[in-house]
Amino acid sequence: MLIKNAWLWDGKPLCIEVKYLVPDEKLSGVLLFTCKMGELVSEKHVQYILSVEKRKDDFESVVMEHLRMNGAYWGLTTLDLLGKLDTVDVDEVVSWIMSCQHESGGFAGNVGHDPHILYTLSAVQVLALFDKLDVVDVDKVTSYIVNLQNEDGSFAGDMWGEVDTRFSYIAICCLSILHRLDKINVEKAVKYILSCKNMDGGFGCTPGGESHAGQIFCCVGALALTGSLDHVDKDLLGWWLCERQVKSGGLNGRPEKLPDVCYSWWVLSSLIMIDRVHWISKEKLIKYILECQDTEKGGISDRPDDAVDVFHTYFGVAGLSLLEYPGVKPIDPAYALPVEAVNRIFFGK
Amino acid sequence: MHGRPRKAPKPEDAAALSAKAEKLRSLQSQFLANHHYRIYTKEALEISAKLLEINPESYTAWNYRKLAVEHFLSQSHSDLDSVKSIFDEELKVVENALRQNFKSYGAWHHRKWVLSKEYSSIDKELRLLERFQKADPRNFHAWNYRRFVAELLKRSDEDELKYTEDVIGANFSNYSAWHNRSILLSKLLRERREGYCPKEKALSEEYEHVHNALFTDPDDQSGWFYHLWLLDQTTKTDAPVLVSSWPPCGSNITLQGNKCLHGCGISLLSSELSDTRTLPIILYFNQAVEGISSSTVVVESELSITGDFVWKPLSTNNSKTAQCWVTYLNLRNMELHPLKTYPVEISLGHSQGIVSSSGCHYGHPSKIAFKLCVQTAYTEPAEGQAAKRTFWRDENFQKFEHCQESDSNLSVDELITENDLTPTTSNWCAEIIANEITVFRELLSLTDCKIGKLTLARLLTADDLISFPRAKSMVHAEEVLELYTDLVKLDPTHSIYYKDERSLTLLRQITSTRTSLVTYCRNFRDATESVAGYICLRLQNLSLSRMGSIENLLWVQMLDLSHNELRSIEGLEAMQLLSCLNLSQNKFGSFTALAPLRLIKSLKVLNISYNEIGSHSIDTRRYLCASPLCHAEEFPWDRFKILTGSVNVTDFWEAFLVFESLNLTQLDITGNTIADESFRSFLVKALPALKWLDGEELP
Ligand SMILES: [Zn+2]
Repeated sequence: MLIKNAWLWDGKPLCIEVKYLVPDEKLSGVLLFTCKMGELVSEKHVQYILSVEKRKDDFESVVMEHLRMNGAYWGLTTLDLLGKLDTVDVDEVVSWIMSCQHESGGFAGNVGHDPHILYTLSAVQVLALFDKLDVVDVDKVTSYIVNLQNEDGSFAGDMWGEVDTRFSYIAICCLSILHRLDKINVEKAVKYILSCKNMDGGFGCTPGGESHAGQIFCCVGALALTGSLDHVDKDLLGWWLCERQVKSGGLNGRPEKLPDVCYSWWVLSSLIMIDRVHWISKEKLIKYILECQDTEKGGISDRPDDAVDVFHTYFGVAGLSLLEYPGVKPIDPAYALPVEAVNRIFFGK
Repeated sequence: MHGRPRKAPKPEDAAALSAKAEKLRSLQSQFLANHHYRIYTKEALEISAKLLEINPESYTAWNYRKLAVEHFLSQSHSDLDSVKSIFDEELKVVENALRQNFKSYGAWHHRKWVLSKEYSSIDKELRLLERFQKADPRNFHAWNYRRFVAELLKRSDEDELKYTEDVIGANFSNYSAWHNRSILLSKLLRERREGYCPKEKALSEEYEHVHNALFTDPDDQSGWFYHLWLLDQTTKTDAPVLVSSWPPCGSNITLQGNKCLHGCGISLLSSELSDTRTLPIILYFNQAVEGISSSTVVVESELSITGDFVWKPLSTNNSKTAQCWVTYLNLRNMELHPLKTYPVEISLGHSQGIVSSSGCHYGHPSKIAFKLCVQTAYTEPAEGQAAKRTFWRDENFQKFEHCQESDSNLSVDELITENDLTPTTSNWCAEIIANEITVFRELLSLTDCKIGKLTLARLLTADDLISFPRAKSMVHAEEVLELYTDLVKLDPTHSIYYKDERSLTLLRQITSTRTSLVTYCRNFRDATESVAGYICLRLQNLSLSRMGSIENLLWVQMLDLSHNELRSIEGLEAMQLLSCLNLSQNKFGSFTALAPLRLIKSLKVLNISYNEIGSHSIDTRRYLCASPLCHAEEFPWDRFKILTGSVNVTDFWEAFLVFESLNLTQLDITGNTIADESFRSFLVKALPALKWLDGEELP
């Protein structure tokens, strides 16, 4: 038995030592051993995120340039979860975001690029983080998204017509934040998502597509936000999801694949939304995420000793938040925003 | 980034990378300028091609190329060949990009876009795919693309099924192939294609395939989920089935004065029944259905029923479909003659209209007949009568053998009616399951593997559930319980999954027969109570981590679930007679976990003391409860304001949503983090009918 909250030290994640009490019948007694668990180096992660923002010339930064809007969401949400959003110049970020908006109402991944629903959600989420949703022309953004819904209820990512259940989630999440969900055909949107349901209870990109944790997050998230989780076979999907936890404690995204910190978000948030998160070992997962930190320079990677990036840093910290790790603000599993931001949107009258 | 080592690159690599970054940056800015000024010259297109070869994720560059193609098509009056060559060039750019990164969404979509224009040959596509699928047999982009190409080529489902067989034959550890197989096979079975109808032969062959995988490496998950799916295909009935009802078929309901008596002498506690004289009629199906109404369900009786019955789905997220439906028989304005018996007959399935979520119609005509009679006249409850406090003390509960026959004149047998509504399962299904049980016993004799135990437990459970008549059922329960106990030790990471399954098995065992259920029933007699004979179902202290078998417990009015490990009471909303509920000493973590109670209008007494409400920052029931967050309902702002004044909404909205619709007279909430003074004063305001809070009588 694990002594619960043993990593708590005066309520702060300072010195972390976890004690396992393993009752062993053969020994007819109690075996006691301790194992050192790393701690979350919050300060370093904050420094890392702020440094990435300034670095623009290395190869990775250039490759990622077109999705800077996603990067802004990952980095800034991480800062908020760690209580350090106030280190950012709000006006600068907001004016950059608005410079990425097109006539159509959609946002691009960066200045000069084309609008896409992927970046439109990130833009809206970041504005929600800063409580700056009032700067955006809600009807314009709404009309951009509404026009992407197809006859069968699915959503295209942009004018070029790629269809994917990721875009269904994005459309629903975005409109929900803007209080405009009634502008699309929700019933058809739900029906399309359900047509992507598989034998394992999971969901794919399009009908017939294989279940994948990222895709499951999108579909379960979309169903959660539309109050339609009764269509999910929670026990079947829950079993598939909980079996994503491998021996190391990490989670993979599909059967027989390697674990990866980003699934700490995709799998975990899905398990939480269907109330099956107790089917995995939270302690082991915390340990795995902490092992993927770069404790010297900050940042979190996909696997221990791999190169860190903002994407995995966000998913690691967000995962710890879902695991109720002390010192990290709670995040909402469906909106992927801090609970306080979601509360502000729905109860902030 | 995935799979890149953390250590800093060597100086020479760093220099190369920096040069590469410089080149990419220059390509990117040239491309963006071309895009901005809509320059579609050969040189400009070349730049975008180079950019995409290095960075296939640069989505705007793919858009630019599509615009360029459209530009050429609108400009040139050229021949078919030159149009074809334009599209061929696009296919080449995609191929180069995929060679760099075959997980690029943009590249795959560009290829689909080109092919959808129908200028290019699709004959080479399968060969191209083979190359990618060989390099990464699990690439889901490639599999998605394969389904797309197979449709364009009009390849038969049988041919594609054969392809998955080949892939699995080469290496069974390919979940993607098993998945595609399930998609194809579902379609073949659904369309009743030749060789796939009747389905038992096809299913038997599939079981053989998956045995090969499981016996080769039981720890490889590739076949696990496929086997469970096959089991579901074997046992499931597409059409919805009525599994139980309240009142049960053949029962006699006696209403006596202000109390409702069931059988002879079992009173309901102060419930909706006695207060408002409404009698719930509950229909419980094996799956969620829609379309229950006075036109699909016919109620016949000599009672002078005015107007149609309004059937309500018992759904915690306000859905139109539900597994359990209720209507209320209003007896208030009826002239019922004492000692006269009124037969009531409910029939359904005679016309279409009751539909499952998969679109199957209820097609099994059923009839539920019960009798209703009144013993003495009804009197309005006296005004201002103080509500008595219900104590959950052990001494208030008596086993039936200890209580005197004349005291309560119990007829538990009549109360707990075993239902026999479920239709008989076909022979082949029982044979397949029997065969699978043998196979998995054999697997376990070879190796002590977790999937072997888990599957055996599932098979034994399935065998119990399809067995008929029901009296014989649950013969495997002891073995199944033991298997789950083993699994908790064998695979501690997922221990609560097995505990949950164990709890469900235990509850099935307890509730499956009258004899076993009676041993958990107690006669409740409060020292302060003059009337005796309330029956309480006591399922306390059983290590239950999950509630289940509610279809067998629709009659329960008083339920003790204390001292368990419950986190939710999903499904409890079906207990429409429930008036006292003890959930003390469990693991409830939020008020949203109590959402099913919102649908139980008869609930008066609730004990949720010593749980974990307020101790968790993450609420796992948040999206399973109708709320403004999931647009299932508006928050009652006005009522919240009127009742609670200036209380902060964000702090207590969940509690308000759940309790506001209830009429609780007694609540115990001590021992939860949330239950501080400010919360208690909020409760007093929000629950005007409350008389007792944590044992204290409210003024
Ligand atoms: Zn990852």
